[in-house]
Amino acid sequence: MSHFSRLWRWQVGNFRREAAEGREVGTDAPGRDALRDGGHAMKRYSVFAIAREALRHHAGWERAWASPQPKASYDAIIVGAGGHGLATAYYLGKNYGITNVAILEKGWLGGGNTGRNTTIIRSNYLQDSSAAIYEKARSLYETLSQDLNYNVMFSPRGVMMLAQTHHEVRGYLRTAHANKLQGVETEFITPQRVKELCPILNIDGPRYPVLGALWQARGGTGRHDAVAWGYARACSAMGMDIIQQCEVTGVRSEGGKVVGVDTTKGYIGTKKLGIVVAGHSGQLAEMAGFRLPIEAVALQALVSEPIKPCMDIVVMANTVHGYMSQSDKGEMVIGGGTDGFNNYTQRGSFHHIEETLRALIETFPIISRLKMLRQWGGIVDMTGDRSPIISKTPLGNCFINCGWGTGGFKAIPGSGWAMAELMAKGEPGPLAAEFDMWRFKEGRFIDESVAAGVAH
Amino acid sequence: MSTRLSKGGRLIDRSAALEFSFNGKRLKGYRGDTLAAALLANDQMLVGRSFKYHRPRGIVAAGPEEPNALVNLGSGGRLEPNQRTTVTELFDGLEAASQNHWPSLEFDVGVVNNYVSRFLPAGFYYKTFIHPRPFWKHVFEPIIRQSAGLGSAPKDRDADRYEQAYAFCDLLVVGGGIAGLQAALVAGRAGARVLLLEQAAHWGGRAPVDGDVIDGKPAGDWVDAAVAALEGMENVTLRARCMAAGVYDHGYVLADEKVADHTPGDGRPKHRLWRIRAGKILTATGAIERPLSFAGNDIPGVMLAASVRDYVVNWAVSPGDRTVVVTNNDDGYRTAIALREAGLAVPAIVDARANPAGDLVAKARSLGLRIEAGRGIAKVKGGKRVTSVAICLQAGEGAVIDEIACDAVAMSGGWSPVVHLWSHCGGKLTWDTANACFRPDPARPPLNHDGGAMVHVAGAANGAMKAAEALLDATAAAEAAVTALGMKPKKAKAPVAEAVAEGPMEAVWIMPQGASAELKAKMWLDYQNDVKVSDVQLAAREGYESVEHTKRYTTLGMATDQGKLSNINGLAVLAQALNEDIPQVGTTTFRPPYTPVTLGALAGEARGEIFQPLRRTPMHEWHERNGAYFEPVGLWRRPYCFPRAGETHEQAVHREVTNTRERLGLLDASTLGKIIVKGPDAGKFLDMLYTGVMSTLPVGKCRYGLMCNEQGFLSDDGVVARIDEETWLCHTTSGGADRIHGWMEDWLQCEWWDWQVYTANVTEQYAQVAVVGPNARKLLEKMGGMDVSKEALPFMQWADGRLGGFPVRVYRISFSGELSYEIAVPASHGAAFWAALHAAGAELGAMPYGTEALHVMRAEKGFIMIGDETDGTVIPQDLGLDWAISKKKEDFLGKRGQQRTFLASADRWKLVGFETLDGSVIPDGSYIVAPGVNANGQGKTQGRVTSTYYSPTLKRGIAMGLLHRGPERMGEVVEFNTVKGGTVKARVVNQVFFDKDGEKQNV
Ligand SMILES: Cc1cc2nc3c(=O)[nH]c(=O)nc-3n(C[C@H](O)[C@H](O)[C@H](O)COP(=O)(O)OP(=O)(O)OC[C@H]3O[C@@H](n4cnc5c(N)ncnc54)[C@H](O)[C@@H]3O)c2cc1C
Repeated sequence: MSHFSRLWRWQVGNFRREAAEGREVGTDAPGRDALRDGGHAMKRYSVFAIAREALRHHAGWERAWASPQPKASYDAIIVGAGGHGLATAYYLGKNYGITNVAILEKGWLGGGNTGRNTTIIRSNYLQDSSAAIYEKARSLYETLSQDLNYNVMFSPRGVMMLAQTHHEVRGYLRTAHANKLQGVETEFITPQRVKELCPILNIDGPRYPVLGALWQARGGTGRHDAVAWGYARACSAMGMDIIQQCEVTGVRSEGGKVVGVDTTKGYIGTKKLGIVVAGHSGQLAEMAGFRLPIEAVALQALVSEPIKPCMDIVVMANTVHGYMSQSDKGEMVIGGGTDGFNNYTQRGSFHHIEETLRALIETFPIISRLKMLRQWGGIVDMTGDRSPIISKTPLGNCFINCGWGTGGFKAIPGSGWAMAELMAKGEPGPLAAEFDMWRFKEGRFIDESVAAGVAH
Repeated sequence: MSTRLSKGGRLIDRSAALEFSFNGKRLKGYRGDTLAAALLANDQMLVGRSFKYHRPRGIVAAGPEEPNALVNLGSGGRLEPNQRTTVTELFDGLEAASQNHWPSLEFDVGVVNNYVSRFLPAGFYYKTFIHPRPFWKHVFEPIIRQSAGLGSAPKDRDADRYEQAYAFCDLLVVGGGIAGLQAALVAGRAGARVLLLEQAAHWGGRAPVDGDVIDGKPAGDWVDAAVAALEGMENVTLRARCMAAGVYDHGYVLADEKVADHTPGDGRPKHRLWRIRAGKILTATGAIERPLSFAGNDIPGVMLAASVRDYVVNWAVSPGDRTVVVTNNDDGYRTAIALREAGLAVPAIVDARANPAGDLVAKARSLGLRIEAGRGIAKVKGGKRVTSVAICLQAGEGAVIDEIACDAVAMSGGWSPVVHLWSHCGGKLTWDTANACFRPDPARPPLNHDGGAMVHVAGAANGAMKAAEALLDATAAAEAAVTALGMKPKKAKAPVAEAVAEGPMEAVWIMPQGASAELKAKMWLDYQNDVKVSDVQLAAREGYESVEHTKRYTTLGMATDQGKLSNINGLAVLAQALNEDIPQVGTTTFRPPYTPVTLGALAGEARGEIFQPLRRTPMHEWHERNGAYFEPVGLWRRPYCFPRAGETHEQAVHREVTNTRERLGLLDASTLGKIIVKGPDAGKFLDMLYTGVMSTLPVGKCRYGLMCNEQGFLSDDGVVARIDEETWLCHTTSGGADRIHGWMEDWLQCEWWDWQVYTANVTEQYAQVAVVGPNARKLLEKMGGMDVSKEALPFMQWADGRLGGFPVRVYRISFSGELSYEIAVPASHGAAFWAALHAAGAELGAMPYGTEALHVMRAEKGFIMIGDETDGTVIPQDLGLDWAISKKKEDFLGKRGQQRTFLASADRWKLVGFETLDGSVIPDGSYIVAPGVNANGQGKTQGRVTSTYYSPTLKRGIAMGLLHRGPERMGEVVEFNTVKGGTVKARVVNQVFFDKDGEKQNV
């Protein structure tokens, strides 16, 4: 039997099993040309649409999102067209019918950390409020491609966090117990199971033999750009204005309430303002007249040259500091730590790469002869407790969403969902309730760095 | 066909024939060949398959810009996927295999993608594979994964080793072409310490191939003389086969030297990674030729014109018998001339320009070459090899004028300076209209710490494309760099290259200008990733307008050649599609490395057991000899237990506990952090650091102390001993020593820099042994030498003296609840002292115990452990340690944090003990459930277990944990969850399970 047909049979087997488990199995629906009236007409994507276009050299594809000039004012403005900003806008429209919305972006949409992360999606967090929002996000990812009619390639290939010290074992056992009560499906697995799931992993040390792992079978990866693009396209289709190359330079208020923003494309009025600018949150907060407990550091990542599939899951090794997965293109996607100093340069630095690779070559000896293709850094916005802020602010009708730090890609749908609720109602719902910015004043931390966890 | 010419080849040694294999075929080459040259010499033009459509692919280039000719090199522990044949030096016995095809290179099933390619435009996968949902993960994605990827995944551990080295210089010159050599000469003569790097194995770059004449001699002669002169300078180091990979802040450069790639297995390291700190960097990295975009430009046999010339001149290899040259500039003519001079047929030079003129054009004419001016290629014909080209008017839409039979096409679309290193650290580019390329903007260089330019640039890398210009430019750039370094350039006659009059090039981004959609769908921009002109246009049409969007949507420039050939052409097509100027569209970011670097080289020698520093105590060897099972604690390895034959770890731990409680246990406690804090302000400093008061501690006494971070959370604990009036010794946890020392220095250096305090981490200066159990005093008495009686050395005191002849410091402290002494000896005495204790202790029942017995014993006594009872969210008050917090002190680190409402509240989870009703052990990590669910539907909790063990002393499970208002709830029964479902019931009790009154410890 050929390699391909064996693969095919195995995959179809998996598919049957999932279908039998009652997970939704959709069908491709051709036709239906626009998702919604009023917005930027949106051709539905499908294999049929591609076939149709193929016959005319793909000349009939329309813009994925419109490129409008800003209107004089909006019901709501979101600053920052990263994943979180776009998702906020999307759920404002989808869940609350608020579509007179502009999303302002100083560069190109998705060009911040949304477009430079290592795309790990998991929800096996320790603290209740974290687990709630990350699991909400993860479950929204499950159907996001269908919801957006854009393939975001959510791939629940499983995420494994290795336990390599007894202390780490206890930490992950704690998370497993917490997850059980939180309704997050995780499992602490044996070294043998680790090896079965990831044969290229060296579990025998010599320094840090693998003692087990926390395994989340429905965690995985997604295509980062596609998440931003998919949301952008859907927002545009609802009639929202995504305005790129439009930097917010000032926030104006009257009587303690926000009334509009100054931008490089002029003044734009708004009834509500959502600041969702990750690394630049401190600057926007200053414009809005308040301060944030956030600092910015560069987080390092790299990819190898592509090779044929050799690793089907995501592995995080926190004791030795490194994590790795293999992209659909075949590149080994590798992440390490943050630089030890505050900075704003989105550049790769060397010492972390070196440390990370030493750790990963020990963990995955076969990668030693692969080559590093690209390295880069992204500026992450870190709060004191390593958890995000989704909050009202001292300025009326001005809301902020930030502090996702090293691990906010996985949170995008859940964060947008919670932020939209906060902006629409003016008060947080249960998902956002604990993430207000006053918790630092009260000492009410949601600390995720506690157990063995790092937060990618 | 491609063949070896009978004469010539400046880099090969015909007397040294080498044998190698490609896909199992045995072939011959010469020393000096690259693998690509040797393959061509054996008529092996087809070398691989493209990434997406699995189209047949041939060799395109002759250097690191090669997108296609990648192979699996070697096998087993020496398998190297994606090895670029154009930079692989041939060696005897080399094995190579082509990649990304199944079942074979000649016949690849994956090529079906090519036939349906019109259904697979850029980004098609975003638009489909959406339904049915589970299909993405289970069907579509695995198939995509299988057909993507390139080289094979290695299966074995790397058989080679790598090393890293440091270098320091005033000026780092990158690139050993004539510009780099000249720059190095100028700087070398000025007395600067110069390091000159060249990625290839030979010096001179393009000039010797291009027939340039310098100071009246062939360029090759000048290069030899320059290299000899440089080698004669003490202050200059030359390093060939060494590629500068990345420029980082403050003149930091990584370079990868391929030491033994061409001599595998000779015992030398495969690569040496240089970490260079340079005062200034001068990049003379040359330029890379651009392909032209015409239909069928990816068919094997279509190559870069200058690379064709390289093969002919350097390796005496003719890529084809009949080569059509297609160009938009004069340089392409050099190739036609070189081919003709080597006796090969050039049926036509297709020149997109209407009126080519200049020395080279004239020479081509005089050689009788057919020049088709104002023409372009409508289409290349052929499958696995070019068979002919159809030519058309460049200004037209592609109507075929003539078809010319040929087996190779040499294309030249102009040259792009290699600006990568300039750009890595923020150097900006400017658009050069004359050469239609980006080049470094001298006004916006990457900056150094002092605000001056960190990188200078010279030669073709700076847009000075001709030899004469390049030499002038290099002299000027090197003089500027040297001057900026505060040195004086010496007056010397600059070499002069003979000027060649060249006509202007004409930017040609699509050939022909008015090509149809059909043709554009056959024009490749990125060969490896299969990105075509039509894909970039589609991206623009769909609104992926920013270069970054286009790049990501189409994957243009994201292949292993990182767009060295495709970037500028892609940008130009995008600019046209958007109706904008190229500079407005801008480039994507250049990121390190310049060409891919082997991960092993980046990791260096830190492999295996020493991949991180390994810390061993002086007694380590004894532990190994005595069967210790080790666990990592930070960088230390500590015995977890000492299992005897037939014992499980658990049994060993129980034996160790029981023996220590009943007789005598010895613990290697050397890893315990020991930090000396000394100075007139040391007491004041420690009072700020610890929650308790240390300044009042009398000399000779010990006090338990807690440290919190600024937030108020407990971060470390340990016993502090007052050594003399100005000196304290702070014990920290084993894992915390370095962190706490750093923390102390942080405060002293950044905040309280005027306090007179010194700290020294002396952890490794002492070996420390805990002598624990009812027989502890007997053992020390037996060793003899000092009074360790209750009266002479009461609990929580220390004394210096001698025991059994060893110089010791004895602390009377206990972490087990037993009579216990911790004895420090200078590290050099550690092993002997430990052995002496065992020898003397044998008749007293002495046994070593490990970390786990230590944990069990401290849990039996209700002592907290940093990292178990604490996790960064716990304050001392939660653990009932209020007594260790001074109420009188005005301030200490964490005090304000603890005053915040949430921390000051009584409504917190607090430390208590638990006893299961059935005597079982509560599972590690378990939570105490509370009734109901919270607003997010999660089961409510009211506490958790922090330490849980089987107590061999009490013969039952014991645990400590945090419970909501725990100390108020003694006697209550609570339920702990399990991961399987169900709960374990336990009674809330005091956390001190054993010897509550301390009778055993205070004897
Ligand atoms: C190397 C790296 C690896 C990572 N790996 C992972 C991972 O594996 N898994 C995971 O879950 N997370 C990961 N993350 C974290 C994740 O990328 C981020 O948390 C997440 O993408 C943040 O999204 P965002 O929308 O908040 O921010 P961004 O995507 O950064 O968006 C903010 C946007 O605001 C815009 N903006 C800023 N100022 C202004 C202004 N004045 N006016 C207008 N617009 C403005 C910016 O241009 C930007 O587009 C990683 C991050 C990095 C850097």
